[in-house]
Amino acid sequence: MPMKLQLKIWRQKNSDDLGKFNTYELKDLNPAMSFLEMLDTLNLQLIKNKEEPVEFDHDCREGICGQCGVMINGIAHGEPKNITTCQLHLREFKDGDTIVIEPFRAKAFPVLKDLKVDRSAFDTLIASGGYIGVETGQAPEANTTPIPQEIAEQAFDAAACIGCGACVATCKNESAALFVGAKISHLASLPQGKAEREKRVLNMVNRMDELKFGHCTNTEACQVECPQDISVLHIAKLNYEYLRAKFKK
Amino acid sequence: MANFIAAKIPEGPLEKKWQNYKDQAKLVSPNNRKKLEVIVIGTGLSGASAAASLAEMGYQVKSFCFQDSPRRAHSVAAQGGVNAMKNYKNDGDSVQRMFFDTLKGGDFRAREANTYRLAQCSAALIDQAVAQGVPFAREYSGYLSNRSFGGVQVSRTFYARGQTGQQLLLGAYQALLRQQAKGKVKIFNRHEMLELVCENNTAKGIITRNLVSGKIERHAAHAVIIASGGFGKIYYLSTLAMGCNASAIWRAHKKGALMANPSWTQFHPTSLPQSGSYQSKLTLMSESLRNDGRIWVPKNKKDARNPNEIPESDRDYYLERKYPSYGNLAPRDIASRAAKEQIDNGFGVGELKNAVYLDFAKAIKDLGKTTIQKRYGNLFDMYEKITGINAFKEPMKISPSAHFSMGGLWVDYDLQTSIAGLFAIGEANFSDHGANRLGANSLLQACVDGYYILPYTLQNYLATQIDKPKPATHSQTFIDAEERVKTQLQTYLNTNGTKTPDEYHKELGKLLYDYCGLSRSRKGLTFVIKEIQRLREEFKTNLLVLGDTNQINSELEKAGRIADYFELAELMCLDALNREESCGTHFREEYQSDEGEAVRNDNDYAYTAAWEWTGNPSQPELHKEKLVFKNVSLSTRSYI
Amino acid sequence: MAITGLFLCLFLVIHLLGNFQLLLPEDEAQLQYNAYSAFLSGNILVKIIAYVLYISIILHSIDAIYLSFKSRKSKKTRYRYDARKRASKWYSRQMMLLGVILFAFLVIHFYDFWYPFKFGELPLDQQGNKDLYQLVIASFQNIGYVGWYSVAILALFFHLLHGFFSAFRSLGLYHPYYAQIIKLIGVIFSLLMCIGYLGIPIYIFISS
Ligand SMILES: Cc1cc2nc3c(=O)[nH]c(=O)nc-3n(C[C@H](O)[C@H](O)[C@H](O)COP(=O)(O)OP(=O)(O)OC[C@H]3O[C@@H](n4cnc5c(N)ncnc54)[C@H](O)[C@@H]3O)c2cc1C
Ligand code: HEM
Ligand code: SF4
Ligand code: FES
Repeated sequence: MPMKLQLKIWRQKNSDDLGKFNTYELKDLNPAMSFLEMLDTLNLQLIKNKEEPVEFDHDCREGICGQCGVMINGIAHGEPKNITTCQLHLREFKDGDTIVIEPFRAKAFPVLKDLKVDRSAFDTLIASGGYIGVETGQAPEANTTPIPQEIAEQAFDAAACIGCGACVATCKNESAALFVGAKISHLASLPQGKAEREKRVLNMVNRMDELKFGHCTNTEACQVECPQDISVLHIAKLNYEYLRAKFKK
Repeated sequence: MANFIAAKIPEGPLEKKWQNYKDQAKLVSPNNRKKLEVIVIGTGLSGASAAASLAEMGYQVKSFCFQDSPRRAHSVAAQGGVNAMKNYKNDGDSVQRMFFDTLKGGDFRAREANTYRLAQCSAALIDQAVAQGVPFAREYSGYLSNRSFGGVQVSRTFYARGQTGQQLLLGAYQALLRQQAKGKVKIFNRHEMLELVCENNTAKGIITRNLVSGKIERHAAHAVIIASGGFGKIYYLSTLAMGCNASAIWRAHKKGALMANPSWTQFHPTSLPQSGSYQSKLTLMSESLRNDGRIWVPKNKKDARNPNEIPESDRDYYLERKYPSYGNLAPRDIASRAAKEQIDNGFGVGELKNAVYLDFAKAIKDLGKTTIQKRYGNLFDMYEKITGINAFKEPMKISPSAHFSMGGLWVDYDLQTSIAGLFAIGEANFSDHGANRLGANSLLQACVDGYYILPYTLQNYLATQIDKPKPATHSQTFIDAEERVKTQLQTYLNTNGTKTPDEYHKELGKLLYDYCGLSRSRKGLTFVIKEIQRLREEFKTNLLVLGDTNQINSELEKAGRIADYFELAELMCLDALNREESCGTHFREEYQSDEGEAVRNDNDYAYTAAWEWTGNPSQPELHKEKLVFKNVSLSTRSYI
Repeated sequence: MAITGLFLCLFLVIHLLGNFQLLLPEDEAQLQYNAYSAFLSGNILVKIIAYVLYISIILHSIDAIYLSFKSRKSKKTRYRYDARKRASKWYSRQMMLLGVILFAFLVIHFYDFWYPFKFGELPLDQQGNKDLYQLVIASFQNIGYVGWYSVAILALFFHLLHGFFSAFRSLGLYHPYYAQIIKLIGVIFSLLMCIGYLGIPIYIFISS
C-alpha cells in the first residue's frame, strides 16, 4: 500500500542564514521504508529536479553511532519513545500525513546546514574529564579487581549513551545533564574511576556551564526521548557527585 | 610474471619473534618525540587507540574522521564481542590454540607470524579496556565473563551486552580526548582525507577537505597512519555505515601502496533482507540467534502460504540436511553461501524472494517463551522495530550481507605499507584474518594494532626521522596534490549528467554482489569486469552533483567515494579471477568438491596477492607474498 | 535552590500547624491564635527563623530568575513546531509561572496579614494581644479573597508536586528505591499542604 506524505523541512544554507520551512510532496512510499530512506528518496527527487538536496546527519543507520537526530513533528527522534531517527519507519505515520522536520536546536548546538548541527560541545565535555586517565601499558591484570555484577550492569546502563544530543534538544533548559550524568555515573561507579572522581565532576560541570548548556530542573523529558532510555537518576548521581566533591574541597 | 615481496618477519621461533622485534627495535628518546608529528586517519578502535597511545608516548598527533565526532566511527556498531586469550575458563585455551583457530578460520591464507602476535597481545587488551572503564559482562562473583563464538571450541570472547564495539570504542575515544585536552592530539572532525602526499615513495602528509567549510587543507607529518576501516560498503547494501569508504586506502594505493587480497569479503548470514529498492543498509542480527533458530525454505518454490501454515513435510531445513553435524551453526561463509544458493534457485521467501526463514517455533516449544525472551529479547525487539513483525509469532526473514573486508592495504610485519612512512592498521590493512575472519577477532585486531603494535613499529621508523624537519606544506608536491583534489571535485560538479552518486553506487553494488560476492566464477567475473568498465565510463560523463565545493555537500562527498569504488571494484574482480581456488569466503564455482565444498589449492595459491597500481585500473601488477607455514600443517576445513 | 525550597516546605508545615488553631471553636481559637501570633513576633529564635525565611524566599526567587534567564531561548533555538511537551509534566516546565503566582501571593499575604500585624493598628483581644484572628476570619468570609487564595494554593500544590522530589534529586538522591519513595512522599506532601491550606479558608467561609 503506497503512501503519500507531505514534508515541511527546515532549510538553512549555513549557520548565519535565518532559515525557513520548505514543503515537499512524496508519493509512492513504502511503509516498510525507514525515515532516513524517505529523506534519501526526497533527495533523489530534488536532485533530479535540480534542487539542492536536504542535508542531514546519519551514519550507522542502526541506532548506535548517535549521528542522526532531528525533530520530527516537534519531538526529538520522532513520536515512538526511546529510538533514534534512523530506527523510525514510515509505518508509524498515516497516508497523507504532514511531517514537520526541524534540526535539533540549542545554543550549544549551532545549525550548520539544513538539519545538520554541530554537537562538538559533547566532545569538549568528555575532554574536560569524561575518562579514566589510564595510559596504554599501565593497566593491571583485568581480574585483580572483581566488580560485583550489579555494579558492572549499572555502569553499563549509564555507559550505553550514544551521544546523540536528543536530551539537550528536548530539554526546555537545553541542559546536558543527562549526557554528563551518564558519563559521571558510569565512571564513578567503577573502582577504576575513583581516583579522578572529584576532579572529573567539578571539571565537567564547570565546562557544561561554559559551553552554554542550561541548568537541569528535573523535568525528566530527556529520558523519554533518549534512545538508550538512560535514567534521570544518573542526573541525581551527578548532583550527588558534584556536592560530594564540593564538600571535600 | 609476478614479483615476490617480503614481509620483514623477524628471526627466531614463532613465539619469540615479537619479543625479538621489540628487543631490537629502534627507540626515540622522550625529548625527541615532541618534535615528531604523526597523522592518523580514522578514529575507530584502531585509529583512536593508536592516536591516544602515540600521544601518551609524547608524539604530536593529528587525528581525522569524517563523522562529527570520533566516537561515531563504525567500530561503534560491533555487537558480539572481542576475543582474547586469558583462559579464564580454564578450558584449555592458549596462545598457540588461538593462533591456530585464527589461521584455520582464515583457511590458511594469513601470515603465521602476524596471527601469532595477535594472539600473544590479546590478553593485554582486556586489561587495558577494563582499566579504562569498559563495563564487560561479569559473573556474580565479580570476575569477567566469557562466551564462545563461532569456529572455536573454547570460550574466549569478552562482551559488553550487544554493544561491545561501542564500549571499547568509547574507552579509546576517551583516552584520545584526554590527550586532546592535554594538547598532544589535534582532532579534525568532519574532515575527509582525499589525497596522500608522497615524495620519493615516502609519505609526507595528506590533503583533506573540511566537510563543513569545504576548504581543502594540507597537513604534513613525519608519518601517516591509515585506520580508515573496512570498505564492504562498496556492495552498497551491507552492514557498514553509510559513510564507510575505500577512499583513504585507495588514494594511497594510487600513490604506490599495494592492495592485498581485495576481493576477500565476509558476508554475514544473519542480516535483515532488503525490503525495497530504496533500501540503504542491512542491519545485522546477532549470529547467536542461530543457536536456537532453525533455518529453512519451502520445498516448493511457488509456496505462497504463510510460513506458519507450511507443514514440516514441505520445509527444507537445508543447513541441517547438508551439514548434519554443525547444522544451523555452520560457519559464516558456509551458512551465507547456502542461503544464497537457495535464493538463487528460486526458493527465497518474502516479498522480494530474497530471504530465508529463521524459525524459533521449535525452540519456543521446547524451551518455553520465557527462556527465548531472556536469551534474545532485545534482538526480537530490534527485529520488530525494523520490520514491524513479532518473531515470537512468525519466523524471522534473514539474508546474507556484505560485512567485513579481509582485504586491504598490504603491510609488512611492521604494519608499514609499501610506501615508507605510511602505515595501515585495523580493518584498513589486509591484516591477520586470511581468507575468512573469525567472529570477535577484528575488534581485537583493531585494538592490538593500535595499542600494542604500532607504537613499537612506528617508533622504529620514526627513529630514522628525528633529524628530518617536518615536511613543508608549501612544497610543490603539496601544491600539486591540492590542485589535483580541487580539479577532481570540480569535475564532479561540472559533469552535470543525469544520475546521482547513489544510483551508481546501487548499480555497482548489485553487480559486485551478483558476480564477485558469495560465489564467483570465471565467466561471471569476466562479464562483470566489462560491466564495471562500462558503468565507470558512464559515471564519468553522466554524473549529477549539485551545489558547490565550498559548503556542506554530501553528494559531492559521495561522488568521490563512488569514483574510487569503481576502480577498486575492478581490482576486486581481477583479484577474484586471479585466484583459481576456493578458500574461506572466496568461493570459486569452478573449484568445489562433488559435495559443493570449497577446494583449496595450496601448491599454487598459498600466497597473498598484492596489487600495484599502474595508472590503468584494468591492468594492475601482481606481487606475491609467499605464505610459509612452518608451525602448522595445512588441513581441509570441514564442517559436514 | 533545593535547600531554600525545602526550607520553605518546612516552613509551610509549621505555618499550617499554626493555622489549624483557626479551626478551634471560635472563642478559644481567637485567644489562642492571637497569643500564638504574639508569641511568634516576640521570640528571638522565631525572629531568626523568620529572617532565614525571608532570605530563603529572596534567594529562591533570585535563583529562579537566574535559571530562567539562563534557559531563555534565542530566536535560533526556538522550535518553530514544538511538541516536546509530551515528554514532561506541564507543572515541571512551568515552575517559574507557578513561582510567580506564589510570589505575588506571598506579597499580598504579607501586605494583608503580616504588615498590619507588625506595623498596623489592630484592635486588641481580651488578653491584650493584637486581634489578627478577626482580620483573618473577615478575609476568609470574602468570596473573592478565598478564590484568589485557592488559586495560589493550587499553584503551590503543583509547585510542590514537582519541587519536592526535584529538590531531593538536586541534592543527589539517586538510589532508585528511595527516589521512588520520595516521589510518593512528595505527592502526599503536596496533597496534604493543599488540603490543609485550602481547607481552612473554605471551612471558615462555609461555616460563616
Ligand atoms: C555491524 C558490525 C558488527 C561487527 N561485529 C563485530 C564483533 O562482534 N566482533 C568483532 O571483533 N568485530 C566485529 N565487526 C568488525 C569490526 O567492528 C571492525 O572490523 C573494526 O571495528 C574496524 O575498526 P577500524 O578502527 O579499523 O575502523 P572503523 O571503526 O570503521 O573506523 C574508521 C575510521 O576512519 C575514518 N575514515 C574513513 N575514511 C576516511 C577518510 N577518507 N578520511 C578521514 N577519515 C576517514 C572514519 O571516520 C572512522 O573514524 C563488526 C562490524 C560490523 C560492521
Ligand atoms: C512557599 C513557597 C515556595 C516553596 C515551598 C517552594 C518550593 C520549591 C522547591 C522544593 C523546589 C525544588 C528545588 C529543586 O529542584 O532543587 C522549587 C523549585 C522552583 N521554585 Fe519554588 N518554592 C516556593 C516559592 C517560589 C517562588 C516565590 C518562586 C519564584 C519567584 C519559585 C520558583 C521556583 C522555580 C523556578 C523552581 C524550579 C527550579 C528547579 O526545579 O530546580 N518558587 N521550589
Ligand atoms: S543521554 Fe540519551 S539522549 Fe542524551 S546523548 Fe546520550 S543517548 Fe542521546
Ligand atoms: S545513524 Fe547512527 S544512530 Fe542513527
